[in-house]
Amino acid sequence: MSTRQARRSDRLGDGLTALCGGALALNLLFVLALLAVLAVNGLGYFWQRPLVELELAGGGRVLGEVLEREAIPTSGGGAGDSGATRIRVKTGNRDLTGEDFVWIDETEIVGRQRPQDAVLLERLEWGNFHGYLVELRRGDDVLVTGADEVRQAFGPLHELKLEQREEIERLERGAIGDVNYRLEQLRLADRRLDLGGDGDPAERLRIADERRKAEAEYEALSRRLFALRDDLAAETVVLRSADGTRKELPVGYVVRAVYPNAMDTADLLRLYASRIWEFVADDPRESNTEGGIFPAIFGTVLMVFIMSFAVAPLGVLAALYLREYAKQGPLVRMVRIAVNNLAGVPSIVFGVFGLGFFVYLVGGSIDRLFYAEALPTPTFGTGGILWASLTLALLTVPVVIVATEEGLAAVPRIVREGSLALGATKWETTWRVVVPAAAPGILTGLILAMARAAGEVAPLMIVGMVKLAPALPVDAYFPYIHLERKFMHLGFHIYDVGFQSPNVEATKPLVFATALLLIGVVTLMNLVAIGVRNHLRKKYASSSV
Amino acid sequence: MLKSPEAPAAPAVTATPPGDPAITPEIGPEVLDVRALSLWYGATQALHEITLNIPDKQITAFIGPSGCGKSTLLRCFNRLNDLIDEVRIEGDILFERQSIYDPQGDVNALRKRIGMVFQKSNPFPKSIYENIAYGARIQGIKSKGRLDEIVERSLRGAALWDEVKDRLQQSALGLSGGQQQRLCIARAIAIEPEVILLDEPCSALDPIATAKIEELMLDLKRDYTLVIVTHNMQQASRISDFTAFMYLGRLIEYQETEKLFINPIKKQTEDYITGRFG
Repeated sequence: MSTRQARRSDRLGDGLTALCGGALALNLLFVLALLAVLAVNGLGYFWQRPLVELELAGGGRVLGEVLEREAIPTSGGGAGDSGATRIRVKTGNRDLTGEDFVWIDETEIVGRQRPQDAVLLERLEWGNFHGYLVELRRGDDVLVTGADEVRQAFGPLHELKLEQREEIERLERGAIGDVNYRLEQLRLADRRLDLGGDGDPAERLRIADERRKAEAEYEALSRRLFALRDDLAAETVVLRSADGTRKELPVGYVVRAVYPNAMDTADLLRLYASRIWEFVADDPRESNTEGGIFPAIFGTVLMVFIMSFAVAPLGVLAALYLREYAKQGPLVRMVRIAVNNLAGVPSIVFGVFGLGFFVYLVGGSIDRLFYAEALPTPTFGTGGILWASLTLALLTVPVVIVATEEGLAAVPRIVREGSLALGATKWETTWRVVVPAAAPGILTGLILAMARAAGEVAPLMIVGMVKLAPALPVDAYFPYIHLERKFMHLGFHIYDVGFQSPNVEATKPLVFATALLLIGVVTLMNLVAIGVRNHLRKKYASSSV
Repeated sequence: MLKSPEAPAAPAVTATPPGDPAITPEIGPEVLDVRALSLWYGATQALHEITLNIPDKQITAFIGPSGCGKSTLLRCFNRLNDLIDEVRIEGDILFERQSIYDPQGDVNALRKRIGMVFQKSNPFPKSIYENIAYGARIQGIKSKGRLDEIVERSLRGAALWDEVKDRLQQSALGLSGGQQQRLCIARAIAIEPEVILLDEPCSALDPIATAKIEELMLDLKRDYTLVIVTHNMQQASRISDFTAFMYLGRLIEYQETEKLFINPIKKQTEDYITGRFG
């Protein structure tokens, strides 16, 4: 090769290297940009901005958080030429004005101020209230009046009401839940006797007796519950909105009272942390537009967990047969191609299969055989977390098979021969030497499968995922893990909050936050799996023989 | 996948290879008796009617240039060639007067009696302890005391005990190359075989590690029959009692080691050991 040619091929090589590096950099840039968009939009949502009172030229007053400013698009299509700008303000008070957000032309604003006593109330219903405290009442009696006095009295009273609300919740979930559970068990026992045909009269009497007892208990408990609820709503806080409208609201219905303009940075940070915690650890409120997403996190993690338990043995055993036992030939090659193609089947097809096979066929049969007394209400014959997990296991099994096969192929032949030369059978060699040596590869496959499963939404929509699940799949009633229950999922939550919500504008930031959280959950699960893999690798050193 | 071996072609014993018959020595009591063994990889014949006897409690070395079939012959003794697809074998090997290619025979039982150490050390990705205990566990020994005893005895037998006794639970892959090879020898003697096959056991080791293994082999000779394939003629002359020279799949000369190296009968042998080819 002449020097000139060599120089040319060097230049070509440099160019290719730059191209490869550039492609990687571009990929990284996209990923980082995505994360940044999610983080800024999602995490910014929980930060409390000051409440600004705007005085409008028309005489109106608006109190809210200024969210963004933009140039007013002109009707001719050329944006921003007019030089006029408008701002978007979150005003709250949906119950009074019918909307949470307004656009205001900046030219119309004649005055701005940040009143120290402006209050933001997060409520159980109707979203936030922005306004001023006027007085505290119990029925018709005025307890306290005057902004500062009300504010001082409100704090302790609100603490008390929060405790009462917790008590109500405990009562509903605890004692009343227990009685309901017992009543349902009795109903099923009764029905079982009906189905059995030879209803033992003594048994029926016992059931009737128990039911009477449970019903009496239920009566007592529900009276107590109503009393507590009345108590919760006994004190009200009277409020005034910026435009002077009066609003009366039971103190017990307030989630959190915030005085944003009177807060220093430390207070704001504390508020921020507590809102993030609420988002991660609480149940959703108001058709998922407020509150937390804990059930969705829980559902996602549990589903991936169950899926891993199903897919690991299925995929590993299939790969073992393909790689170690099957006679390598055209048939095995075809099976391998088919497995790879299976990974390309649209996931919704797996969902339909799961519905037809798992839910209707398997679940329906289980119901007829073991839960006949509950019919026509299906137990397993409807979507549930078990069927969703199994459907995803089918969806991800090709990934595990391919990775396991590669792991097995990487175990050197000489290691297998070493085992066989000691008189071990093929099975002993495979099970005691080859599989442990391939374990890191197998775990890599499982990690990929878990990531895929955690992000999958489409098939789950028809095999058991719901917008709002009444109960977690794990609770204190036997058998503790209820695999037949429907569940919530972060991926579907994103879709639901972002596109099915009655108040899309208000929940948009939640889409970002939930997406960020989903990525966080997947990353966390992967880190655990990677930790296990690295531990295995270290245990066996690097067996790159 | 284990393939059932070809039934031996019985009457081939008397046939002599084309050309000069291989020179064979007088040996004492024999353990392995190879009778007119031929082997094909698909259409390629790798062994041509090999006939030789392996003496009991001695070291027998196979030498010869690369591709001469010495490793293939060695792997016939524990039927490891069975694992390769399209291998066809004719002739027979008797192990204590029993045909090892008997279709009724148990190949796993055979491999428990004829151990093997490979060219490249191949410890399992397990702890040192588990590597040694592996064979015993396969044989169904579960008692912790018994396993401890086997591990210690085998490691002492392979002159490795003092170096690893404090780290038995660590990965065997953390050992040096020489230690790994001695671990493989320990693993082989842990199942108390009668014969140990060594396939170029020192080819990847430095001179000091090689010296240790050679010393070990001389020790092991007291209790075991050793068959070693080696490229290193000095090694063969240092440690073996009998040496077989193979060339192109044929056994050329088989002699007491001293005779073969000092006074070879065949021209080819002389050319090879004096370094004129190979």
